[in-house]
Amino acid sequence: MSGSGEVVGAILILIGAIFSLISAIGNVRLPDVYTRSHAASKSSTLGVLCALVGTLLYFLISDGFFSIRLILGIFFVFLTAPVAAHVICRAAYRHQVPLTEQSVQDELKDYYMENENLEQEDKAYLIEKEIELQVTEQV
Amino acid sequence: MKFTDVFLQTSTKILVFIIMTFSIFILFAGHHNPGGGFIGGLITSSALVLLYITFDLQTVRDIIPVDFNQLAAGGVIVSVLTGTASFLFHVPFLTQTFTYVDLPLLGNTELASAVIFDLGVYMTVIGTTMTIITSISEDEK
Repeated sequence: MSGSGEVVGAILILIGAIFSLISAIGNVRLPDVYTRSHAASKSSTLGVLCALVGTLLYFLISDGFFSIRLILGIFFVFLTAPVAAHVICRAAYRHQVPLTEQSVQDELKDYYMENENLEQEDKAYLIEKEIELQVTEQV
Repeated sequence: MKFTDVFLQTSTKILVFIIMTFSIFILFAGHHNPGGGFIGGLITSSALVLLYITFDLQTVRDIIPVDFNQLAAGGVIVSVLTGTASFLFHVPFLTQTFTYVDLPLLGNTELASAVIFDLGVYMTVIGTTMTIITSISEDEK
């Protein structure tokens, strides 16, 4: 058993832990659902992937044991985390969760107003919000 | 309002295969490693629930035409029959055995009778979980 496996594994797991910490800080600091989901999905996925790759390499180098389950886990996390973030954001948008006030552009809104079968009151709410925004801009 | 999400549907088509493969791996790994019939059944039913969430209840029912009530009942029957089969060899109820067989593709393989019992548990767990979930998810007006 050589020490190199431990060094490689430790470095990768440390990088993964740092990325997870950055993701947690982003979750606290960022203002609305969409930016938070951006922080939570991307950097925590990378953090988990680094930790899993570190574990895989540690067992591969020091024990000579190649774990198929870790490969499967890496692939699975890589595939599911962005889709989960997408579904959460989509649900938030469809329930008219507002964007943060600093945001300058909402490109989805026009498409959404035209192509979705909205309830009448939801549409009225969206239009009302738009008028409100324009008024605040003029002021 | 019909819910269609291309991202979710496309990734589900890939993910269901991975989850199903993993659940069968867990089912057969249960003899020497962590795993077994119960956890394998739960993983399979989570794959089916993912299908139910992504697609329609009716669509999935057309693709997988399994009556989950009958699956649960069949699992119990399989488990009980594995137990009673030990009477044929004049040994106590639920006695298990194993042997080494030369299979054509797999080589020297250990076959244990406990796997058949686990298979019964697996079927029962899938049947029960899916019966609970489908019966609370549909609402007839």
